[in-house]
Amino acid sequence: MANIISDETIEYVGILAKLELSQEEKEQAKKDMGSMLDYIDKLNELDTEGVEPMSHVFPVHNVFREDIVKNGDDRENILKNAPEEKKGAFMVPKTFD
Amino acid sequence: MKQYETVIGLEVHVELATKTKIFCACSTAFGGEVNTHTCPVCTGMPGSLPVLNKQVVEYAMAVGLATNCKITQNCRFDRKNYFYPDNPQNYQISQLYLPICRDGKVEIETESGKKYVRIHEIHMEEDAGKLIHDDWDDCSLVDYNRSGVPLIEIVSEPDMRSADEVIAYLEKLRTTIQYLGASDCKLNEGSMRADVNLSVREVGAEEFGTRTEMKNLNSFKAIARAIENERERQIDLIESGESVVQETRRWDDTKEYSYAMRSKEDAQDYRYFPEPDLVPVIISDEWLQEVKERQPEFKEEKKARYISELGIPEYDANIITGSKRLADLFEATTKLCNQPKKVSNWLMVENMRLLKENEMEPEDITFSPANLAKLIELVEGGTINSSVAKDVFEQIFKEDIDPEKYVEEKGLKMDNDEEGLRVTIEGIVAANTQSVEDYKNGKQKAIGFLVGQTMRATQGKANPGIINKILKEILDK
Repeated sequence: MANIISDETIEYVGILAKLELSQEEKEQAKKDMGSMLDYIDKLNELDTEGVEPMSHVFPVHNVFREDIVKNGDDRENILKNAPEEKKGAFMVPKTFD
Repeated sequence: MKQYETVIGLEVHVELATKTKIFCACSTAFGGEVNTHTCPVCTGMPGSLPVLNKQVVEYAMAVGLATNCKITQNCRFDRKNYFYPDNPQNYQISQLYLPICRDGKVEIETESGKKYVRIHEIHMEEDAGKLIHDDWDDCSLVDYNRSGVPLIEIVSEPDMRSADEVIAYLEKLRTTIQYLGASDCKLNEGSMRADVNLSVREVGAEEFGTRTEMKNLNSFKAIARAIENERERQIDLIESGESVVQETRRWDDTKEYSYAMRSKEDAQDYRYFPEPDLVPVIISDEWLQEVKERQPEFKEEKKARYISELGIPEYDANIITGSKRLADLFEATTKLCNQPKKVSNWLMVENMRLLKENEMEPEDITFSPANLAKLIELVEGGTINSSVAKDVFEQIFKEDIDPEKYVEEKGLKMDNDEEGLRVTIEGIVAANTQSVEDYKNGKQKAIGFLVGQTMRATQGKANPGIINKILKEILDK
């Protein structure tokens, strides 16, 4: 494997992803990430000199919506996605700023 | 003691006055019942796709043009990743690499003179939902009505050196954006929010000091106090040999101090990448031209025109054009009665007094130009005198009453009946011999008392010119 993922990197990625990994899982993740990066490295074999980075596959631009209200009150349905609800709101674990 | 200079840059978020959110057709109306303006897009449901509101782009362009920015004609959106319950997608759609506006500047004026504040960039993004903390169940409640409301963030260069300059800059932005109709820019309601980046350095130093970012500033006064306080705090740290930590702080205006906020995550790494769900926005020269042509007359041009064409004093012109609401009222009323100076006087004196008494902003004015114009015509035509007019104005200010009907119904027409007034005045003179004597002994003021008594006797309706004439005739006999 050309890409070796360090313990610090796994730790950091874990924090960013809000994941707590066991030692075993960390080892597995290191291997998986390494081989994913190896796979992506294949792209480096291509000469991309002067090629603009692409963020979209189709040559489409300016897809707009006019500023007209079309959605009504759909709270009942939306709240079906809430883990728990209270007073019409999504109830979540206490979160501080 | 060393001399320190304060260096300030601002990040200003402005909620745009669109009817719908930036990426979905939900209403942006303020104050709706919790979660009644939501849909799968603005609650971040998997599989939902954003579609950009064209009006957001146009407002952003208009603000950019008004602040002398270069418009990025090939502009894109990016994803800013972070976890927080007010952000249901776990990312915010914003702009990092190709923001819609760059390299602008606005001129500000303070007591220390005129200067430019440069604008680094303006980008479009979506607002987050609102978290309410619930002590009863020890949890947080999320309302996504605000999630997806369009924002522009205006990022200045660190060009300001005092609270005065910061406030002048914010007022300039606010007036400009209000003139464009792009937002109402109310700090107390959060439709304009300013984060203050501040550092201090010794006078003459080249390098910037370590800066902090101050949040939760809900009024110009709070901003001024927070700036003073943070400047002192940083100087104290430096003087005592400690160093300033780069952090985000939250201002508590009632306690007048700030504290370091717990950061949204320990690691501030937003891992921006191009937003794959939105296609690029290409702004053609034609589109740009269209928006340019629609730009309104801004404050400075308006003010100059009021002074030169309408003969309004500079001080008044400055205040009236300082609020879009006042300027609109002034113009609409003037159009109806063609008496710009009178309109300006009513707005500047009685209107300002009532605004102040009721702790209102010009934006809260509810009376119509038609009724103010009618009032001015009633005074100018001699139908009512000026003291009655003030009372009538108060009714117009409060309830937008029709002054013609009101004057008719309440019988407030000016009393021009010279014979009748003479009888009343003779009675008053006879009853106030002391004042008459004072007057004859050279006390000119005594006449004022007699005028006042006559006014009272006529319920304020007498023609003051006639009272004066008759009084003098009687007294100087």
